[in-house]
Amino acid sequence: MNDMRTLILDTADRIFRDICDQVLVDKAEKGEWPAALWQTLEESGLTQAAVPEERGGAGGTLGDGLYFLKTSGRYAAPLPLAETLIAGVLLAEAGADVPAGPLAIAPVRPVDRIDCRDGVLSGTATGVPFARTAAAIIVATPQGLAVVEPKDVRIEAGKGISGEPRDTVVFDGARAAPVGGAVDPDRLQRLGALVRSVQMAGALEGILAMTVQYVQDRKQFGRPLSKFQAIQQSLAAMAGQVAAASAAADAAIEAEEEGDGAVAIAVAKARVGEAAGVAAELAHQAHGAIGFTHEYALHQFTRRLWTWRDEFGGEPYWQAELGRQVARAGADNLWKFASGT
Amino acid sequence: MTTALTYPPRKLGPEQEALRAEVRDFLEKDYAAGGFQRGQEAMARYDIEFSKRLGAAGYLGVTWPKKYGGRELTFLDRFVIVEEVLAAGAPVGAHWVADRQSGPLLLKYGTEEQRERFLPPIVRGESYFCIGMSEPDSGSDLASARCSATRVDGGWRLNGTKLWTSLAHICHYMIALVRTSPVNPENRHEGFSQMIVDLHAPGVEVRPVYNLAGEHHFNQEVFTDYFVPDENVVGEIGQGWAQVMSELAYERSGPERILSTFQTLVELVRAVGDNPSEVEARAIGRLTAHLTTLRGMSVSVAGMLADGKMPVTEAALVKDLGTNYCKDVPETARLIRPPETGAGGNSGYEAMLAKATLLAPSLTIQGGTREILRGMIARGLGLR
Repeated sequence: MNDMRTLILDTADRIFRDICDQVLVDKAEKGEWPAALWQTLEESGLTQAAVPEERGGAGGTLGDGLYFLKTSGRYAAPLPLAETLIAGVLLAEAGADVPAGPLAIAPVRPVDRIDCRDGVLSGTATGVPFARTAAAIIVATPQGLAVVEPKDVRIEAGKGISGEPRDTVVFDGARAAPVGGAVDPDRLQRLGALVRSVQMAGALEGILAMTVQYVQDRKQFGRPLSKFQAIQQSLAAMAGQVAAASAAADAAIEAEEEGDGAVAIAVAKARVGEAAGVAAELAHQAHGAIGFTHEYALHQFTRRLWTWRDEFGGEPYWQAELGRQVARAGADNLWKFASGT
Repeated sequence: MTTALTYPPRKLGPEQEALRAEVRDFLEKDYAAGGFQRGQEAMARYDIEFSKRLGAAGYLGVTWPKKYGGRELTFLDRFVIVEEVLAAGAPVGAHWVADRQSGPLLLKYGTEEQRERFLPPIVRGESYFCIGMSEPDSGSDLASARCSATRVDGGWRLNGTKLWTSLAHICHYMIALVRTSPVNPENRHEGFSQMIVDLHAPGVEVRPVYNLAGEHHFNQEVFTDYFVPDENVVGEIGQGWAQVMSELAYERSGPERILSTFQTLVELVRAVGDNPSEVEARAIGRLTAHLTTLRGMSVSVAGMLADGKMPVTEAALVKDLGTNYCKDVPETARLIRPPETGAGGNSGYEAMLAKATLLAPSLTIQGGTREILRGMIARGLGLR
C-alpha cells in the first residue's frame, strides 16, 4: 500500500471514528440525513477519491476509492458512498463532469430498463439505493448516461433490512441529455458486485473486532467468555471467514484496477456473500441476547451484510456465472482458471 | 481495530510465471509419456522414479545454495513449482518432507558436514526423510512426547516409539524430536532435541499402520537402544522445541493444504461437461470461488515467508480453511453428481470421489488438528 493510499485511509478512519457512531447510524436509519459526516468526507476529497481532478474528483485511483469503501464498511457508514463511487467512475469514463454531492445510480436490477428517447426518459427502477437523498441520480440507459435530479422524477420511498433507502423511481417524462455511449448492464452489475463485496469485507472486519472485544469484556461463570474453548473455536472459525472475505475483496480490487476484474469480482461476491452469512451468525451467537437488541450496535452491521449480500447478484448468481465459465474452460483448464495463470 | 488477519494480494512476477510454464511443460510431457497417474493424497502417493525425474529436472531443493545442488531460487519460485506439481496430481510423497521441511531445517540449524552429506541426494530426488514428532500417547500435545535419548560416549542412545510417520517404510532418514533431559514441569518445552535417525540402522523397527482404506501410508517406529552419533544431532541440544516450531509455518500454508481433493473437482467438471445445469454450475462455481480465494491467501503467506516474516497464525488459518474446503469438495460433488456405482474403476470421477471420501477425515487432523489450529488463531485474536 503506497503512502498516498495510507494517508487517504488513515484520514477516512479518523473521520468515521470521530463522527460515524452508533447514534448517527441510528438517526440516519430513522431518516435524518447525516449532513456533517457527508460534508466532512466530501471536503476531504474522499467521496470522489477515484475521479480525476478535472472531472471534479480528488484524482486518486479506483483502488483508493474502493479501499476507502472498505473502511466505510467497518463503520456501517449510512451514506451512498458506493453508489457515488460507481456514478463518478461511469461519468468520468463517459467524459462527463461529476456533480458534487451524494449520487445514486439506476437501474440496479437487471430486469429494470430505463430508456431515453428524444431527451425524455421512460421506465421504472426498483430498489434504488439512496435515490431520495441524492443530489443527482445517474441513469444508465442504452442511449448513454443520463443525469437527473430527484425532484424531476417520482420516488416511492422504500427501505431495505439494512435500514437504508431502497426506493422505487419512476423516470417517465423526465428530461435528460445522455452522455457517453450505452452502458453495458453487465459492467454495472460487476461494479455493483465489487462495491458490495468491498463494503461487506469492511463490515465483517468490524463485527469481528466487536465480537472479540465483547467476549473479552463479558463475564459468565466467573470468567471472561474469551476463556471458554467453545467461544475461542467459534471466533477462530469466524476469523477464517472474515480473512477469506477480506482477501477475496482485496483481490477483486487489485484485479479491477488492472482492468481485468471480471473473474475476481465474481469470485469475491460469491465468497464474501457466503462469509457474510456464516460470520454474522457466529457474531450473534457469541453476543447472546444483547446482540439481538436494538440498543447494541451489532445489528447495524449484520442487517447491512444481509442486504448487501443479495444486491447486484447474490451468491447463486455469481456462483452460477463462475460455474458456467469453468465448464466452458473445461476440466483440464480448471487449475489455470482458478489460479488465474 | 487490528483484529483481522490480513492477506495482502501478492502478485507473482514474470520470473515465476516463466518458471511455471517450464514446470507445466515438464509435467505435461511426463504425464503424456505415462510417467505418472493423476491422483490425490499427494503426500501419501509416491513414485521413486518420478521423484528422481523431478530432481533431475531441477525442481527439488530449488531455494538451497548451489554448492549443495540447489538453484538459489526464491521461496516464491518454489511455491510455483509445488503448486503446479500438486495441481497436476503427481505423486510427490517420496521426496515431499525432505524437500519442504528437512532440507530447510538442516540449512538453518545443521552443521556444514550435515548439509554436504544430506542435501545433494535430496536435490537429486534420491534421499527421503520423514518427520518423527507424534507418539502413541502424544498427538496434539507434542510436548508430552517421551521418546528419549541418553548421553553415551560419542553420541546418544535412543529409546521409545514414534507414530503416524508417513512413508517411513520408503524413507532413508527420520528427523526425530526426542527428550534429552527430563521434563521440567515449569517449562514442558525445555529439554527437547532433534536428531537424524538412519531408518536402516540396527535398533529401529519400522512397523506398518494401515489406514481406514487398508492402505499402508503410516508407520510406527520402535527404537531400542538405538545409537545416534553426535554428528547426527541437528542444531543445539535442548533447542528442539523452538527448531520444530520454526518448521510449522512452512508446513501449514502450502498449496498441499488446498489441493488435497482437487482432482475430484477436476473430474466433477469433466463429468458435468460444458453445459451445466443451474445447480451444477452453482456448486462448481462455489467450489471454484473458494479455491481461488484460498490460493490467493496461500500465495500471500508464501510472500510473507519470502519477505522473512514468520506468519505462524496466518498459516494456521489458511490450513484450517483449506483443509475444511478440501473436505467440502467430495461432500458437495456427491450431492450434485451422485455416484452410481459406489466406487468403481481406477480413474474418472467416481474413483476420485471415492478416494477423496476416504482421505477426507485425515485432512483436518494431520499437521495440526482443526482444534489446535483454531486455538492458535484464537491466540492470534488475543483471546488466550
